[in-house]
Amino acid sequence: MRRYRWLAAIPTLGMLGGVPFANRVHPYVLGLPFLLAWIVVWVVITSLVMALIYLLDSRRDAELAGAVATLSDDSRSP
Amino acid sequence: MTPALGVIIGVFVLAIALGLMARRGHVMSLEQWSVGGRGFGSVFVFLLMAGEIYTTFTFLGGSGWAYGKGAPAFYILCYGAIAYSVSYFLLPIVWRYAQTRRLVSQADFFVAKYESKTLGVVVALVSVAALVPYLVLQLKGLGIIVSEASGGVITQAVAVWTSSIALVGYVVVSGVRGSAWTSALKDVMILAAAVGIGVYLPLHYFGGYRAMFEAVEAAKPGALTLPAAGMSPAWFISTVLLTATGFYMWPQFFAGVYTARSENVFRKNAVILPLYQLVVLFVFFTGFAAMLVAPGLKGAAADLSLLRIVEQSFGSWTVGAIGAAGLLTALVPGSMILITAGTIISQNIYRVMAPAASDRTASLVARSLVPVLTLIAVILTLRGGQTLVVLLLMGYNFVTQLFPALILSLGERQRVSAASAIAGIVAGELTVVFLTVTSASVATLLPGAPQIVKDLNVGFVALAVNAVVLTVVAVATRVEAPVATELARTR
Repeated sequence: MRRYRWLAAIPTLGMLGGVPFANRVHPYVLGLPFLLAWIVVWVVITSLVMALIYLLDSRRDAELAGAVATLSDDSRSP
Repeated sequence: MTPALGVIIGVFVLAIALGLMARRGHVMSLEQWSVGGRGFGSVFVFLLMAGEIYTTFTFLGGSGWAYGKGAPAFYILCYGAIAYSVSYFLLPIVWRYAQTRRLVSQADFFVAKYESKTLGVVVALVSVAALVPYLVLQLKGLGIIVSEASGGVITQAVAVWTSSIALVGYVVVSGVRGSAWTSALKDVMILAAAVGIGVYLPLHYFGGYRAMFEAVEAAKPGALTLPAAGMSPAWFISTVLLTATGFYMWPQFFAGVYTARSENVFRKNAVILPLYQLVVLFVFFTGFAAMLVAPGLKGAAADLSLLRIVEQSFGSWTVGAIGAAGLLTALVPGSMILITAGTIISQNIYRVMAPAASDRTASLVARSLVPVLTLIAVILTLRGGQTLVVLLLMGYNFVTQLFPALILSLGERQRVSAASAIAGIVAGELTVVFLTVTSASVATLLPGAPQIVKDLNVGFVALAVNAVVLTVVAVATRVEAPVATELARTR
């Protein structure tokens, strides 16, 4: 199972779910009004989460490929 | 000739030359013309996908929204990020299916999944109805940018005609390869232009970003937050979700997926594109700066805010460079739209009427349609009145109606009938037309509802009608697959 893929839902939930609460000007973050900063931070998190899923998927695919190779080796051995 | 005009013409000629050169070494079959022979690597697919974000809408509309409406403009930054995280899972499935069946259009996907050419015709008609107004929007933006940046020397009509003729030329010759090559030039220019002015203007006029936003808040209290009613948080969230839903339903996006060489391309893109999209932030900065520096643009004229502040703040060379970048934001999506519309009409309408037509003929038909479609778009651009505005409003909602039928078709086994997909799409489209023509909103439909419901994007009403009709017809015309069910049971 690739349950970690559900991580992809976090940025969407965080970004949009937080809008009613983040809908304010203060405090400024890096010169941006709070609402805009909130959105920017979640866009960056989106990218990070997708990178993490990509890494986990790549590792998983490599493991699977390895397992398939081992299996076919086993079947060939007497 | 002013330096600005020189720069615009220079970039224009360079773009057309790149577009024409892109053909080199390729025989233009329909598959080559429409989807680049499915041989594009990460960079080209990235350029095509990213190229689609930065249309004239982002450039003029993004700054125009920040200028005229303030914080509601931030929705543009949100829907892309969400659509990209979904794309990680959605696009590889679409790509794999399209690859094995050699599909060339979005409508093809529906035809193959639902085994129904009639559904293909319906999807094709919806696509064309959404694409032509979208092309008109690009040409309108192009006319505005070029005539403003040239200081009125080039009229909008001249700009639209000249660019359209050149566009037809390279689209007919090179197909989607031309789009990818010109996209490269466009992305470099738009990055430089948007980041350049977005960084410079707040520092130059206000001494910093925070200072600029404080000045905006002082001049227009509430401009940096969402209002309690109208474009409220409820409006914001519903609009972002609806727009993200419709994002990959655009036929030119969908067919762009087919150009990739491998499915890994989409996974990498899903990581990079959200960050890349942050460039829109600088477009917002420009709009906010213009709010104070170049005030007084009302209504639709707000879309001119970026160009006005650029003219006020920079010399002729820079104005030219930004005008040229703006020109490219219209040309690249314009070329993708033309290729997609030509392909769809040829593949999913013409070939249904003439099943014996060879691939060669289909390719010829698709390419011959390019000048015809362009001519229609040019006439609508220069003559179109109120009808056009209505069509534009409908475009995004039109393609969004394809979403339920697409999602339901992604599984291994087809669960719902073609008849139900057709019924859902048709009901959804009719609702969109009705809502747009009567300028309905949830507030007018449900006057007694609480404010939070009233502010929801009315597009959801059409999507809901679509889903209900689809479900009812699907139950009535259930797909009988006794063999498959039996197999599943014995396993």
